[in-house]
Amino acid sequence: MIVQFICRAILLGVPLLYGSTGEIVTEKSGHLNLGIPGIMYVGAISGVIGSFLYENACGNSLDSMNGVLAVLIPLLCAVLGSTLMGLIYSFLTATLRANQNVTGLAITTFGIGLGNFFGGSLIKLTDSEMPSIALTKTSSFFSVKLPFADDLGAFGEIFLSHDFLTYLAIIIALVVAFVLNRTRVGLNLRAVGENPATADAAGINVIKYKYVATCLGSAIAGLGGLQYVMSYANGVWSNNAFGDRGWMAIALVIFALWKPSTAIVGSFIFGALCNANNYVQGLGAETQELFKMLPYVVTIIVLVITSMRKKREHQPPASLGLSYFREER
Amino acid sequence: MDNTKAVKHHHEPLVHIVKRDDMPSWKAWLIRIATIVISIFLMGCLSTMLTEKSLFETFEMMFRGVFGRIESGSTVMLWKYLQEIAILLCLALALTPAFKMKFWNCGAEGQALMGGLAAMMCMINLGQTLSYPVLLAVVIITSILAGAVWGLIPAIFKALFNTNETLFTLMMNYIATQIIAYYVYIVGGGSNIIQPVAEGNLPVIGNNRYLINIIIVAVICIFMYIYLKYSKHGYEISVVGESQNTARYIGINVKKVIIRTMVISGALCGVAGMLLVAGTDHSINTNTVGGQGFTAIMVSWLGQFNPFIMVLMTGVICFLRLGASKVADTCMLNASFADIVVGVVILCVVGCEFFIRYSVKFRHSKKEVKE
Amino acid sequence: MERGVDVAKQPAIELKNITKRFGAKVIANKNVNLTAYRGEILSILGENGSGKTTLMNMIAGIYFPDEGQIFVDGEEATITSPKDAFDYRIGMIHQHFKLVDVFSAAENIVLGIENGKYDLKKSTADIKKISEQYGFDIDTEKKIYSMSVSEKQTVEIIKVLYRGADILILDEPTAVLTPQETEKLFNILRNMRDDGKCIIIITHKLHEVLSLSDRVAVLRKGEYVGTVNTAETNESELTEMMVGKKIALNIERSEPKDSQERLIVNGITCVDRQGATVLDDISFSAKSGEILGIAGIAGSGQRELLEAIAGLQHLSSGEILYINPKTGNKENLRDKTPVQIRDMGVRLSFVPEDRLGMGLVGNMDIVDNMMLRSYTKGHSMFLQRKAPKDLAMKIINDLEVVTPGANTPVRRLSGGNVQKVLVGREIAASPTVLMVAYPVRGLDINSSYMIYNLLNEQKENGVSIIFVGEDLDVLLELCDRIMVIGSGRITGIVDARTTSKEEIGLLMTKSKFDGKENDNG
Repeated sequence: MIVQFICRAILLGVPLLYGSTGEIVTEKSGHLNLGIPGIMYVGAISGVIGSFLYENACGNSLDSMNGVLAVLIPLLCAVLGSTLMGLIYSFLTATLRANQNVTGLAITTFGIGLGNFFGGSLIKLTDSEMPSIALTKTSSFFSVKLPFADDLGAFGEIFLSHDFLTYLAIIIALVVAFVLNRTRVGLNLRAVGENPATADAAGINVIKYKYVATCLGSAIAGLGGLQYVMSYANGVWSNNAFGDRGWMAIALVIFALWKPSTAIVGSFIFGALCNANNYVQGLGAETQELFKMLPYVVTIIVLVITSMRKKREHQPPASLGLSYFREER
Repeated sequence: MDNTKAVKHHHEPLVHIVKRDDMPSWKAWLIRIATIVISIFLMGCLSTMLTEKSLFETFEMMFRGVFGRIESGSTVMLWKYLQEIAILLCLALALTPAFKMKFWNCGAEGQALMGGLAAMMCMINLGQTLSYPVLLAVVIITSILAGAVWGLIPAIFKALFNTNETLFTLMMNYIATQIIAYYVYIVGGGSNIIQPVAEGNLPVIGNNRYLINIIIVAVICIFMYIYLKYSKHGYEISVVGESQNTARYIGINVKKVIIRTMVISGALCGVAGMLLVAGTDHSINTNTVGGQGFTAIMVSWLGQFNPFIMVLMTGVICFLRLGASKVADTCMLNASFADIVVGVVILCVVGCEFFIRYSVKFRHSKKEVKE
Repeated sequence: MERGVDVAKQPAIELKNITKRFGAKVIANKNVNLTAYRGEILSILGENGSGKTTLMNMIAGIYFPDEGQIFVDGEEATITSPKDAFDYRIGMIHQHFKLVDVFSAAENIVLGIENGKYDLKKSTADIKKISEQYGFDIDTEKKIYSMSVSEKQTVEIIKVLYRGADILILDEPTAVLTPQETEKLFNILRNMRDDGKCIIIITHKLHEVLSLSDRVAVLRKGEYVGTVNTAETNESELTEMMVGKKIALNIERSEPKDSQERLIVNGITCVDRQGATVLDDISFSAKSGEILGIAGIAGSGQRELLEAIAGLQHLSSGEILYINPKTGNKENLRDKTPVQIRDMGVRLSFVPEDRLGMGLVGNMDIVDNMMLRSYTKGHSMFLQRKAPKDLAMKIINDLEVVTPGANTPVRRLSGGNVQKVLVGREIAASPTVLMVAYPVRGLDINSSYMIYNLLNEQKENGVSIIFVGEDLDVLLELCDRIMVIGSGRITGIVDARTTSKEEIGLLMTKSKFDGKENDNG
């Protein structure tokens, strides 16, 4: 039971981890991307479209599908789709210097619209009875597990039983943490988010960094959407199922104090909270609805607690949300 | 440090971006309106590609979707359109004082839901016991209070600890949604539907069930314009929004202004929820507000915090939404087509601000230097 | 590195017919021609707003000229970004330091350099080497936010040297330094010159020009006036070049008349949010009809002191007593809000350092800015715009504010006019205590003298003036007494008529007041 709960928490936490790692990368460049929820939708639907096309090309038979392609095609599609959304956001905010809040919210509206539009259209194409589209074959390739995990009991189940996207999420978070703190690129990126005028005067191409960080961040977040569909939902896409996880990912950034390594732990805690209603004994259906509030309430508590601490290193990047124009007077 | 000269050759870039002096406002509005027209046109083109209908047919469909058979005297669709505008406008107006104060209230959805919930609860629980005028007053007051409380909670934390209000208010939306889900489950007895309640509805003026909503929102619109521009409160909101330091310097109690403004903002969202529940739906579900709280954020910003410009913006957005829904409906496209259309048009308008604030100069404009 | 005379008199930078506009109306630089040689220190002299910084920003790649050419070492150069400037070995130390607060000194210095592996340890060793070569004192691990201004400036200079720059541009480097720190900086700059570097220093202080530079180039209203050898010129010639006419640079200081204690500050202590003590047991009194100057290194507690008196800082101990000129009653202002202070009938005016961020609202027009002080008047829910409008028109007329109209947002006015609006509003309240912080920062000479005259006028009307300044020459000429603070403590109160710049400079860096008041006023 406990083991199952933890595994479930990790599974639920991974999309949040992707989302918040992506948002951390973006925010470090000074962009507050409120479009992440929409971008994760786009990542998910792009992956779904990719695998849908591949499954159809293989005549919908498991045997004729190549495992590597079945994984790579949706993966690339998800990255491509979400990067494109990041590109739109960067163009509007970095080049056209539009208001980041409004742009982000519009991207979210647009992204969720795109996700549901294509999702809905695909569902109609398949003439399915259910309002969803099942890509269980592709999903089976995504959920390949380590063969010896089951032999190691609880330890194996908690640490080794996950699909590769889970490990990829952790690896990406650790790599991002390393790059931010230990490399020149990370130093430059942090400088861009803290004080773009300084970075610019130091010869750093501010606009380039903002573009690359935002697009990369979007791509990472997009993988979160894909993981949700392929691993959590076992390849079943239904409209609006992804819900508000994107917003929780953004809240997680604050919880993690802009540190990807902290976000790993944070995402699993959030995952556990999202899932708690299924594991508390004796809940009626109506109380379950109330219990589903838990992650949001905890997010608020986290927001309040972090805002009460005022350490210099725990603040958001100083120029977060502001556009940069060199010849500003 | 050797003494070799830097022999890198740098070419002057093709374009330079230069900040403009303030553009005359008629010109700025021309750009904005042109952007809206062009982006709507592009969206029309997109839907012709998807539907294999001609551009003219597409726009006719959109027009029908919004206004219906207006030439034959049927005003049903027109009133529906006005109703959509009224609700979206009410939410956008509610957000405006908060935004002007640079308090990013993203919680209109939740505040309206809570207002609606309060109205619903009064209608169900007190509907049989109170006389109509008293019931109506109670419905109105409780829904305003409920919205205000939902706005007050994040405001208190913002005032005391400077807690990030964007995420706080967002989370409050989801909490409100869960509360509604809980309530609907209890009252609906597991069916997830509350049957429309006849008691405590807003009065119907003439034969038109939407007219009362439209009138109330029109009054709020005028009130908000005056409040922001001519009242002392409005002035304080502007000062706090522009610079908290200045506000402190002249002795404005910033905390008080934040809390007071958010109470007003939440209360007006509560009114919107009340209009939806007591005015039109007579019932409630988690989707009653239907994401308009988010659209309202963009409307308020695109309307430059001016209530009358916001009327126009809501007109455009509701036109797009209803029109695109009609196109999607007729041509068997997914209903989310409307979201895409609205999203793209908003992104275009947001982007066009660039051309109002900056101008782009090309390389050849540099004069040759004579020696 | 070639040394000394070998490279002297080789032109390092030449500017030809440089023009730069901002928008359609503002011409920041017009047809400027200028040459700087290796192995020399060139001063760019000009009033505030004469386009010195804009011109240098074009060499450093921050701005791009609309017209004209830049030559580096005799070859035409296109400098479109700071990175291009580094490639031409040009480095600029900006007046507002371009440093990342949460980074350490070393991180700031290596920022943006792309060569080889990222190795902070090796870089630190290189930084140490440069520091030793020129006599800098630096802690490479220290975070910028915990540094003093002079330390920050050191980081800026090393940053430029680390990149191998041999053309150095310094924008008003002495504005925030004590006389002693300034002298130290000048010695370093002389070392660099002797090393064959080309040093360009932007300034509006004449005595610095004369003591440091080899040649002086003068700009006026964006135009190049001429270049002279420092050895062959004097203050009045330079002033005339700079302003365009002969003016007497004297502030007429009258003796305080009928001086009475107006404000008594008694042992106030103030702790900031991080828990650091920003004001430590400050006691002094301000008298009617006198100007009390406050000197000190930037960030020594000047801002907090004025804010404490104005009711904007929470005090942990002490009291602030206001003596009512009519009744003679003492009233304690401690823990009162600005509104309460106003309601008590205390006529306290305050011109803060941050004009557009605190004293005024940049996006509001002049009328609405007038209303900041008076909008609460009356019981109506609604604003009365008549009186503020009249006041705005009066200030525009009396103080010769250059503006398209009373409905222009103040952020679009020039620095001098912004300050006139702010000072005008504060004086219009006919204060009995007037506090001004850095009131002439960034203003041209005419506007500066208009402000000095306004202050003297108020002094003669019996107002008690507290003047926080950075230019010691001005403090010595304008004030009656000067209080020096260092690290939140009073380090001395001296008579402005008898003291010297050096004495104040020493007090600025002294940590504690020995208690003796060198005051006869």
